[in-house]
Amino acid sequence: MNVWQFLADFFVNVGAWMGELLSGWGLSPFWVSLIVKVVGGLALAIGPLTAVLFLIWYARKVIGRIQDRMGPTNDGTAAGPFALLQAVADAIKMLTKEFVFPKERDRVVFLIAPVLAVAVAVAVWAVIPFGPQGMQFVDLNIGVFYVVALASLAFFAMLMAGWSSHNKYANLGAFRAVSMIVSYEIPQMLALLVPVMLAGSMGMQGLVRAQEVPFIVMVPVPALIYFLAMTAEVGRLPFEQAEADAEIVAGYFVEYSGMLFGAFYLAEFINNLSASFVFTVLFLGGWRGPWVEQAPVLGLVWISLKAFLVFTLLTFFWGAMPRLRIDHILGFSWKFLTPLALVMLVVVALVDKAVQAAGLTSPWGRAGWLFLANAAVALVTVALLYRAERRQQAAREARRFAIVR
Amino acid sequence: MITVQQVVFALFAVLTLGGAIGVVAARKLFHAALWMVLAFFGVAGLYLLLEAPFFAALQLFIYIGGIAVLTVMAIMVTRGIMKPKEPVFTYAIGAAGTALAFLVMLGLFIFKTPVWDVAAPTGEVDPNGLRALGQALVSPSAYLLPFEVASVLLLAVLVGALFIAREKE
Repeated sequence: MNVWQFLADFFVNVGAWMGELLSGWGLSPFWVSLIVKVVGGLALAIGPLTAVLFLIWYARKVIGRIQDRMGPTNDGTAAGPFALLQAVADAIKMLTKEFVFPKERDRVVFLIAPVLAVAVAVAVWAVIPFGPQGMQFVDLNIGVFYVVALASLAFFAMLMAGWSSHNKYANLGAFRAVSMIVSYEIPQMLALLVPVMLAGSMGMQGLVRAQEVPFIVMVPVPALIYFLAMTAEVGRLPFEQAEADAEIVAGYFVEYSGMLFGAFYLAEFINNLSASFVFTVLFLGGWRGPWVEQAPVLGLVWISLKAFLVFTLLTFFWGAMPRLRIDHILGFSWKFLTPLALVMLVVVALVDKAVQAAGLTSPWGRAGWLFLANAAVALVTVALLYRAERRQQAAREARRFAIVR
Repeated sequence: MITVQQVVFALFAVLTLGGAIGVVAARKLFHAALWMVLAFFGVAGLYLLLEAPFFAALQLFIYIGGIAVLTVMAIMVTRGIMKPKEPVFTYAIGAAGTALAFLVMLGLFIFKTPVWDVAAPTGEVDPNGLRALGQALVSPSAYLLPFEVASVLLLAVLVGALFIAREKE
């Protein structure tokens, strides 16, 4: 095997090399596979933690530019070119800060909450496929369902933090977060079912393999629904009710200081990034891209680039969106996204069956019909919204000019 | 010789039972809810050990994401929950006795029942088991009716809860 072949499938080859080395030392196959898995898991967990250092810098820079500021600069500091090391300096500062504990806190719960938040955020990465074969920690056949189930543990971390802080703002933040996430989980699950139905698989790898045509082209409306619900799930503006610094200071982690606060901040960024990766797998074709068959390691590049684009979109939202009121947010989920997601589920199922019955088995033919169905539903939705708005406007005018007796 | 499976089973069993004991022993209601989450988590682990990851994820999603979250929210809106007063319940010995008697009866019943002497299934787990389950839930000859009746029941509960909780105008 020459160097290029080794590099082409770098991660799998390193794993195989390590396995051979360990069995050369006389270890039993069980211990070899265990050690290789543990080392791989540690390497995987370091990925999001280091990526976040860059992403914090990136988000601050992007938001700065949106708001006509410079963002972090290296003017007069040792932050390196473009202040790239700013986030590193922040991390070091955070690590050396004193912990300030509220007097009435619930000791154990207060300390477990940030640990749980980060652990859950990193655990999502176990099922993300970074390449065709072997470049995934474990290919669960219920991959997407695993991700959704982990989210339920994530908001438990919020609840625990909010309650144990013994602070009204923290409690309010936790309440807002949970009511919002519980509401948005429904359209998210319904939109998630569409790619699962089209791919015939809940496994992440199966979903990517089914996307000869990326699902965002086939079913743009569920993709949009999923994206909005996902934005709410990770608490990004305009759905930033859990933190809302202007109203409830910082929500559920207001009482945390030092690296305990840092843990929540870290978990938030990791959640943003892993949500971007999951969206990429579901709708953007995951690791698919040119030359992946020849060099599987390229899958990592493609999926990272796509996820980075999604993350950038989330950051644009962060910089450009206002914060919606909580009742508007919940109303939007229950009265608009959920019915639309239900309609989309039925429409996609019917059209896909009809297309298969008509014998259109080529991926692009199927995609074309599904796209047309999506466009039709989108047009009808916009027309309905337009009519509803006109009616409301008429009602408002009537009220305004009504004769008060 | 203890196998790895046995160690993992012991771990999850301890989590489940420890969590269950915590639920009844905790002083604060919020802690009881958290112990309950731990017990649910242990059960999810047991499902994983039985090679049923779908049920493990369901356990996490429904029991922790649904039931436990609702319980905690209900607890959090309860007044004066941060400072538990002296326990108002004074029949501790009687209650323990009743529970013990019930446990002994249940244990006798379980150990006398011969159903448990089933041989362990051999061979691989059926990879299409999940598919079969899904089809059974929607096929009229299997469980379609009970499945739909259950969902109608839940809908009725939802509407009833809304009716009770609605403020009078």
